[in-house]
Amino acid sequence: MRKKKVAGIFMSLMVAAGVMAGCGSASTSGDADKDGVIKIGANLELSGGVASYGQSIKEGIELALEEINKDGVNGKKLKLVPFDNKSDAPEAINGATKLISQDKVAAIIGAATSGNTKAQIEIAQSNSIPLLTPTGTSADVTVQKGKLNDFVFRTCFIDPFQGTVAANFAAKELKVKTAAVFIDSASDYSKGLAASFKELFAKEGGNVVIEEAYLAKDTDFHAQLTNIKGKNPDFIFVPGYYEEVGLIVKQARELGLKVPMMGADGWDSPKLVELAGKDALNNTFITNHYSSGDSDPKVQDFVKAFKAKYKDKSPDAFNALGYDSAYFIADAIKRAGSSDPKKIQKALAETDGLDLVTGKMKLDKNHDPIKSAVILEYKDGEQTFKTKVNP
Amino acid sequence: MEQFIQQLVNGISIGSIYALIALGYTMVYGIVKLINFAHGDVFMVGAFIGFYSITIFHFGFFPALLISMAACAVFGVLIERIAYKPLRNATRIAALITAIGVSLFIEYGTIYIRGAQLESYPDNIVPLKNFEIFGVTISGKSILILAVSLFLMMLLQFIVHKTKIGKAMRAVSHDMDAARLMGINVNNTISATFAIGSALAGAAGVIFGMYYTKIEPLMGIIPGLKAFVAAVFGGIGIIPGAMTGGLILGVIEALVSATGGSLWRDAVAFVVLILILIFRPAGLLGKNVREKV
Repeated sequence: MRKKKVAGIFMSLMVAAGVMAGCGSASTSGDADKDGVIKIGANLELSGGVASYGQSIKEGIELALEEINKDGVNGKKLKLVPFDNKSDAPEAINGATKLISQDKVAAIIGAATSGNTKAQIEIAQSNSIPLLTPTGTSADVTVQKGKLNDFVFRTCFIDPFQGTVAANFAAKELKVKTAAVFIDSASDYSKGLAASFKELFAKEGGNVVIEEAYLAKDTDFHAQLTNIKGKNPDFIFVPGYYEEVGLIVKQARELGLKVPMMGADGWDSPKLVELAGKDALNNTFITNHYSSGDSDPKVQDFVKAFKAKYKDKSPDAFNALGYDSAYFIADAIKRAGSSDPKKIQKALAETDGLDLVTGKMKLDKNHDPIKSAVILEYKDGEQTFKTKVNP
Repeated sequence: MEQFIQQLVNGISIGSIYALIALGYTMVYGIVKLINFAHGDVFMVGAFIGFYSITIFHFGFFPALLISMAACAVFGVLIERIAYKPLRNATRIAALITAIGVSLFIEYGTIYIRGAQLESYPDNIVPLKNFEIFGVTISGKSILILAVSLFLMMLLQFIVHKTKIGKAMRAVSHDMDAARLMGINVNNTISATFAIGSALAGAAGVIFGMYYTKIEPLMGIIPGLKAFVAAVFGGIGIIPGAMTGGLILGVIEALVSATGGSLWRDAVAFVVLILILIFRPAGLLGKNVREKV
C-alpha cells in the first residue's frame, strides 16, 4: 500500500519534472535512480529444480548489499528487486521482461544456470540492460557464434579455465611429467576442460601419455583404468561429474592406481565421498571457485560476516559468487558515476583488478573474468584448502 | 601380458553379473517363451531392497541378499499374476509389449516413490581383501560374484532337473496343454518360475550394488539388455548357456576396451547379438532339440 503511494508520488513528480523540462525523454534512464535508490533486479532460481543455487546466490547478494548500503554508492542506495524464475527458462524470460519494463532496474543479476541466463540474453541486449550471471559457466553465455553479447557479463570463470588451472597445478606444484586424461565423451563440459588441460600441460613440458573415454551413466571403468595403469602416468585428470567420478576413483584405487587424480567443480558433491569412499579419495584434488578455508583475510571477513547473518552457516561457492556479483555491479555503478545502464555496461566491461572474495578480477575481451581459482584436496573425505592459483 | 590378464579378470567380473541376470531371463523364456523385459527392473528393485535392508535395518551382506531374493520372488509373482497371466493366450507380441510397459512402470514408479537420486552402498559390508598375483589385481569381491553366480547356476540346474517342481517346469515348457491334462498345475508352475527367476535378479541387484556401489532407478536398463544378449548368445532357454554367454560377453567387452575402443563397448555387445541371430540363431549351446528349460 505504502509502496503504491510512493510510486504515485514519483509518477506525479515525474510528470511535473517532464512538464517543467518541457521534454518527455527524461524517463528513459532515470527511473532506476529515484529518491536516492538504484534498483538492481535479481532473476534467480528461488524455487524448482535448482532452487538451492538461486537461494544461495540471493543470500550472498543480500549480505553484500547490506554492507554496500552502509556507505551507499555515489550517495545512493542499491535496492534488490528479486524475481523467482522457478528454475524454468520461459519464466526467466518473463522475469527479465518484468524487471526491465515494470521495475525499471539498472541491471539484472541472474540466472544461476547458463540455460536460464541464455534465455534472457535477447531481452537484455535489445533493452540495453546489463545482465550479470553469478554462476553461468558455459562459454557461449557471453559469446554466441563468435559474436560478443556486449550487455552480458559473468562473475565466475568459464569451464575451460579450470582445465588450465589444473594443468598449471599438476606441472608446477605436483611436478608431474606424465598424465592420463579420462573424459566423459558425452559432456561438453568434460571435453572443454580436457582440451584446455592438454594444451597447457604440453606447454609446461608435460606429456599426456594416454587418453581414455567413458560415457555418462557407465558403471564399469576397470577396462579403461587398466589401460591407463599400463602406461604408468604420474597423474590422472578426470574432468567429469561426481556420479561417475566417484566410481572411477574407487575402481582406480582398487586396481592399484595410487597416483594423484584431479578434477574440477563437477566433483563438488557430498555424494562423491559416499561413492568413492574416504580412503580412495585421498590424494585427489579439485579446482573450484572459492573455499571457505582460504586464509586470505578478505575471504575470512566474508565468512565471518556471512556466519553472523545466516546462523553460523558456512558459505559455499554460490554464496560467494552472489556476494561478489553485487560488489561487481556496485563497483561499476561507482565508476560510471551514474545509474544509466549503458554507462554501467561500459564500466563493467572495463573492470580491472577488482578485489573480490573469489579472487582478483579482470575481464577479458569476451567479458569472461580472469581470476584466481582455488585448489582443494580431499583428506579423509573432507575438502581442505590447498592453494590458490592465479592465472 | 599382465595387462591382458588383468583385462580378462575385469571381463570375468562384469560377465558374472551379466550371467546372473541372464539366468533369470533365460529361465522365464525357457518356460513361458516370454522375453521378460521387466527383468532388469526387478534387478534394480532387488538392489534397492538390499540397500535399505543394509542401511536402515543394519543387516549384513548375506541376510540382505536373502531378504532381497525373497522380496523379489514375491514381486516377480505379482508381476506375472497381474500383467502377464491375462495375456497367456494372447499373441507373443502383445506379451512382449506388455513386458516393456511393466518395465517402464517399475522404473518410473520407483522414481515417483523415492526420486531419481542415486544411492551408494556402504563400503564395508563385505570385508574382502584384494589379491595381487604377478602384478594382476583380483578383487575379493569379483571372486565372490563369480562364486555366487556359479553356485546359483548349479542350484538352478538341480531344481530344474532333480526336483518335482523342476519336472513340472520342463513339462510345461514342452507342452502347456498336455501338461495341464496330465494334472500339472500350470499356473503355479509358471508362478514358481517367475519367483525363482526374480529371486536371481534380486541377488544380482545386491551383488551389483556391493561391487559397483552406485544404484539408481534406471540402473537396470543396460545390464538388463546386456544380460538379454548374453542369454541369446548362450542359447536362450539353456541355463549353462546363460552362464557361458554372460562370461564371454563380459570378456569381449573388456577386450574391446583394452584395444582402445571403450566407447564402442556397448555397440560391440549388440553387434554380437546381431551376428549370433544371423549365424547361430539357437545360440552357442543351442541345439535343435525341443526340450528346453
